[in-house]
Amino acid sequence: MKSLFKTQAYKTFKKPLVEANPVSIAILGICSALAVTTQMIPSIVMVLAMTTVLTFSNITISILRNIIPKNIRIIVELVVISTLVILADQVLKAYMFDVSKQLSVFVGLIITNCIIMGRAEAFALANGPWLSMWDGLGNGLGYGYILIVVSFFRELLGSGNLMGIKVIPEVFYESGYVDMGIMLLAPGVFIVIGLLVWGQNVLTKKT
Amino acid sequence: MKILKDIFNKNEHYFEKGGKYANWYPMYEAFYSFLFSTKETTKTSVHVRDSLDTKRYMSIVLIALTPCALFGIFNAGFQAHKAVGESLDLIPVLLTGAQLVLPLIAVSYIVGLGVEFFSCMVRGHEVNEGFLVTGLLYPLTLPATMPLWQAAVGIAFGVVVGKEVFGGSGRNFLNPALTARAFVFFAYPAQMSGEVWTKVMGAKDQIVEGWSGATALAVAATTEAPQKAVDALQDAGFSLMDSIVGIVPGSIGETSVVMVLIGAFILLITGVGSWRTMLGSLLGAVSISILFNLFSGGTTIAFFGLPTVWQLSIGSYAFATVFMATDPVSSPGLESSRFIYGFLIGVLGMIIRVTNPAYPEGWMLAILLMNVFAPLIDHVMLERKSKKRIPNVI
Repeated sequence: MKSLFKTQAYKTFKKPLVEANPVSIAILGICSALAVTTQMIPSIVMVLAMTTVLTFSNITISILRNIIPKNIRIIVELVVISTLVILADQVLKAYMFDVSKQLSVFVGLIITNCIIMGRAEAFALANGPWLSMWDGLGNGLGYGYILIVVSFFRELLGSGNLMGIKVIPEVFYESGYVDMGIMLLAPGVFIVIGLLVWGQNVLTKKT
Repeated sequence: MKILKDIFNKNEHYFEKGGKYANWYPMYEAFYSFLFSTKETTKTSVHVRDSLDTKRYMSIVLIALTPCALFGIFNAGFQAHKAVGESLDLIPVLLTGAQLVLPLIAVSYIVGLGVEFFSCMVRGHEVNEGFLVTGLLYPLTLPATMPLWQAAVGIAFGVVVGKEVFGGSGRNFLNPALTARAFVFFAYPAQMSGEVWTKVMGAKDQIVEGWSGATALAVAATTEAPQKAVDALQDAGFSLMDSIVGIVPGSIGETSVVMVLIGAFILLITGVGSWRTMLGSLLGAVSISILFNLFSGGTTIAFFGLPTVWQLSIGSYAFATVFMATDPVSSPGLESSRFIYGFLIGVLGMIIRVTNPAYPEGWMLAILLMNVFAPLIDHVMLERKSKKRIPNVI
């Protein structure tokens, strides 16, 4: 068991969770964080889709890394990523139509998510498929938990719901409580992510 | 005073390093230096020292703000009584006004100072007096009907995000009072815009006939050509004199241009407020409003054609220029860039106010935006200056 935590794979998986988190440290993938996090359910689905695409794109590109010609590598990467995104989109449309409608264009826009391209360029092109898989999973989940925390606060403060269920009792509204409108606007994300980054820096004593 | 000082001295050892309440030292120090003078004295050779420390600096701003605050109390009561047709005598009006405004000021100070004390204790800093001004400026920019808990959320946000995150007073690049106001403006739009400016006491049917809670800005912004904005304002019961004296609906402290000018006078003769910022802002606002007047023929927005005198006296232009734009921390450091900074505030604020119907007033956004650009202006001006220098190494 002890040796499990010392493997290269575990280290690769753990690093992007906190220490090199794509959102809170590298500030990547903010565009999708802005778009889908007003409610929790769409953001969870988005995280699942994104993690799947990222993991498989990392694996595929890592397998192909020795036969991809260096000067057209971006195009090849894009082909791999877009194929996977279309697959994810089709699966969502087939099995979770409502959520897929809510996410609308943003599933398709996973293609342009900077994290996927970044990991392909920075990691998958230089490492084997086994490590690349863990790197993809780690980055997907590191991105994911930030998204879920952000959507938790946005949904709770912005509309008084959690997972679409009213959690703030009616009594509060009757006695004058009002939902915080700014949380449903894009600036709300910047405020929440900014505070998260602050919290993380304080906890990890980086400041 | 002697007894007080004895109490302080007797209990000092608790707050010193290693004492029981060492964590609370910032609070002890704050109260001590607030009541007496600073505990730090020059120990080594003689240096020239100026008695104008932050504390005195901030007290002067507070004194300059007092006329606005007092008039705000009067006006809040006056508008509330006028709406339901109660007596307009001075004493009952002041009592109602105090009931409306003082809780807001108290909440702003208690919550804001609480956050400030807490973060100073965590960091081991001394409590800075910057908050004394923020705590009064912020409630004066709110409508008198603001729910107290929303005011509390706003000031907590303003102090934390506007100031403490960046290292406390002196390191904030945004004006904390305006950050707080911007937050509540976007977070609770229903309580910050529309006809919220007057507290209507009692049932709706008690409202005097013909009374409307709209501000002069709202009236002017919704007027359509060919009707003239001035006529629309006068039809709605606004006279130029009322707008200058300040007995019109609006945020608590900003309605009266006269009171703001008294404050401006105090700030200017003591040199606490920068005259360059104020002059720049005046020039900016005047030039843009004259420009708008020239082009008012080609548009259906009658607000374009409102004369400059009106533009300067309605809304919160005077208050924002004198008290918000001159904040020494968030405005640029160089004298020459302060002029540009003020000018751009005047230009931007007037453009937002007149051309954007979504925002009733433009100064808050204009000043926050220029706060962000202040370091850039400083940088450009410094580069210009150092280019003029003749290099001593060739």
